[in-house]
This record gives sequence, C-alpha cells and structure tokens, in this order.
Amino acid sequence: MAKKPLHFRLNGAEKAVFVDEGQNLLDVLRRGVGDLTPKYGCGQGACGTCTVLVDGEPHLSCLTLAEAVEGRRITTTGGLAQGNQLHPLQTAFMENFAAQCGYCTPGMLMAAKALLDRNPSPTRQEVVEAISGNICRCTGYEPIINAILEAAKSRGARQYG
Amino acid sequence: MPVRVETYDRIEDAARALSASRSARFLGGGTLVMRAVNEADQSFDTIIRVRDASLRDIRAEGDRVTIGAGATMSDVIANRELAFLAPVARAVGGPAVRNMATVGGNLFAASPYGDFTAALLALGATVNLAGAVSRGVAIEDFLRDRDRGANALVQSVTVQRPHDASAFRFLKVSRVKPKGVSVMSIAAYLPLSGGRVSGARVAYGAMGPTPVHAVAVERALDGQPLDAAAIERAAAVATEGLDPPTDALASSWYRRQVAGVHLKRLLTAERR
Repeated sequence: MAKKPLHFRLNGAEKAVFVDEGQNLLDVLRRGVGDLTPKYGCGQGACGTCTVLVDGEPHLSCLTLAEAVEGRRITTTGGLAQGNQLHPLQTAFMENFAAQCGYCTPGMLMAAKALLDRNPSPTRQEVVEAISGNICRCTGYEPIINAILEAAKSRGARQYG
Repeated sequence: MPVRVETYDRIEDAARALSASRSARFLGGGTLVMRAVNEADQSFDTIIRVRDASLRDIRAEGDRVTIGAGATMSDVIANRELAFLAPVARAVGGPAVRNMATVGGNLFAASPYGDFTAALLALGATVNLAGAVSRGVAIEDFLRDRDRGANALVQSVTVQRPHDASAFRFLKVSRVKPKGVSVMSIAAYLPLSGGRVSGARVAYGAMGPTPVHAVAVERALDGQPLDAAAIERAAAVATEGLDPPTDALASSWYRRQVAGVHLKRLLTAERR
C-alpha cells in the first residue's frame, strides 16, 4: 500500500509527512506529527473530542481523510498557548473547573475558539449551540459554558489569540 | 483490509470509476464513509473522491435551486436562496458535523440519520446523477433503489422553492437537548389554494430504512382546510402503512405512539 505525501500547516508550522491511504487526520496528527492534544473518542462523529480547526472552522479530525487537508491550516489545542502564556480559554477552563477527567477538553476548547473567533461576545444559548457536538460525561456542561462566557468577557483586557 | 483512495479532478471520471466498481464508496464530507473506515467496514475497499469545487455550488434559477452534492449543511445555512432549508440544516449534528456533512451524503445516511433528505422528500426534490448522460430522478425513485447497490454518483439535487415560505414546515424530535439523533423528523409541504391544502407532501425521517412519505397523512390533508378537525384526522393516521424501526433511541412501538402527537404539534404551530 503506497504512502502519500501530505503538506499542511499545523498551528502555524509547515508539516510534511507521508500518510497511509484512508488514514484519518486525527491519526496523522497524533502518530504522524506527534501532536497528542486532539483525542480519539468514538470514531463516529458523536463525541467531538477530536475537533480541530481546518482553515479556522471546526471539523472532526477522526472523520477527515488526511490527504484531503493538503495545503490547509490546522489548529489544535496544542497551538493555543503562547509559550508559558495560556490562552484565555485555557485559563478560564482552569478557573471554572471546566475539566474533570479532561478527555473532552481539547474538543471543547476548539469548538469554543471557533465560536469566539467568529462571535466575540456570544449569548449563553450561542455557547450551548457551539458545543452541542461535544459530549462531556463529567461536568454537566455548566462549568464549561461558564468558562467560555468568562473567556469572552476577559477578552477585552487581553488580545484574544 | 486497508482501503485504497482514488482522487479525480473531474466529476465524470469519478462517476465512471464509481460505476465500474462494486466495492467502492464515494467520499463526501466523511461523516459516513470515514466512520465506516474507522469501524473497519469490510463492504468496500476503495474510496473515490473528486477535487472539482463545482460539486459544492448552489445555483438558483427562477424558483428552482440546484444544490451541489458537495455543499455542506453550513453552506446551506449561509445561502440566502435556501433560507427555507436553513432550519433543517441547523438540525443536523453540531457545528463541526455541519461543516463536513454534505447534502449528497445525507441522501445515503441510514436511519436514524437523514433528516435533510426527509425535507427534500417533502419538497419533491430531483436527484441529479452524474454519468455519461447525466439524468435527474425523482427522490422517491432514488431512495427506493438506494440500497440496491446502484453505484451512481449524485451530482446535485434540485428543489422548487416554496412559493409561500410558511407552506413548508420541519420538526426534528430528539431526546438529547439541544442536539441529539432523531427519534423522528417530520417535514411537511402544505401549499394552500383557496384556503385548502392542495398537493400535500409529508415525509418522515427515522420512520423506515430511508425517509418515507406519510401517504395516509397526505391523503387526510389534501383538499381540506388546515383546521383542527383535519389535523386531528391526519394525526390519527400518522403511522398508517409505515413500519417504524426499533433502534437504540426508540422502539417501533414508541415511534408509533408519539408520531401523531409530534405531527399535530408541527401542523398546529404558528405559521412562521
């Protein structure tokens, strides 16, 4: 089975890898280029923990054929922090206890980032809608919703990244 | 067995490759085919994809709109010509799924998925197949033959825009809020002529192997004013002639019990 070359930008850095035929993007991110932040949950599109941004829009990386992202921009939770400086969403998730087991967190963060990039001051209902494709079995969602709303509010103080 | 991926630049070439193979599936947004790959589905060994961006075009001509099979649910929501279908597209998945799932793919979604197709069925859409000679088939015929393994590439669907936007109604019933898989979806196109329903088209999602017409409901409503008595009669025959599935979300019995209730809610809701 022939490997295929694939080029894309991951969190601003150029990546060139060989991918297997039929390999999904999540697998390439985790095993191909070593970004372990997106997680494999259901493999079916139900849980959302593999959510990454493709050209700024949320996509499920486990259902994305890797070779189809040739030349595109991929953003993962691994690209949120700037050095030691956490992203406002990450800080807000910590301060609001929005992560318990943490397995849904990378998907929640990317769904939230996609929302705030497009809509900097969302309503509570818009936040609920934005994370409606992401399942959390620990928190009951309230701390996550609060964290996203708080990150949106704190955004005025700091440049949102 | 690993899969092979064939990528084509032209729709016609992809259509030819698809029809020549018994073990190939066409990749749209990935929500069906990549899921099958992840689950090691052995029923296909080749993925066919096409890079032609025109597969995603949405074109309005007069009162007809042709939606490329590769248009995503997000594309539908963003398109002004398709405002009547936006509530349907919004009912599909979460934001990430809507950025991926395509109109063409939805036609192939097995129950309980396929809410968008239920709406297309109520609207009397035409499914346009690519090939040596491209041809349009009525969505009823397409769905009837869908699972017989006819490997034709869907290029687009054409729908008539409702003359009166309020004549088209859609409801998705799910247990998980705000978003869950369908217990059922109901789409109704009920144009009024002289105060009476003329040419009722009512379709269900998740009430059969493919989206299906509610024939008895259509018969009960046709020629009637959309009043309490007619709606009551329609609700009474909500599942007549249907064999709703039992799945992880609901039993066939449950679907039969609640279909009339939801149909009544859809038909009595304030016109938008």
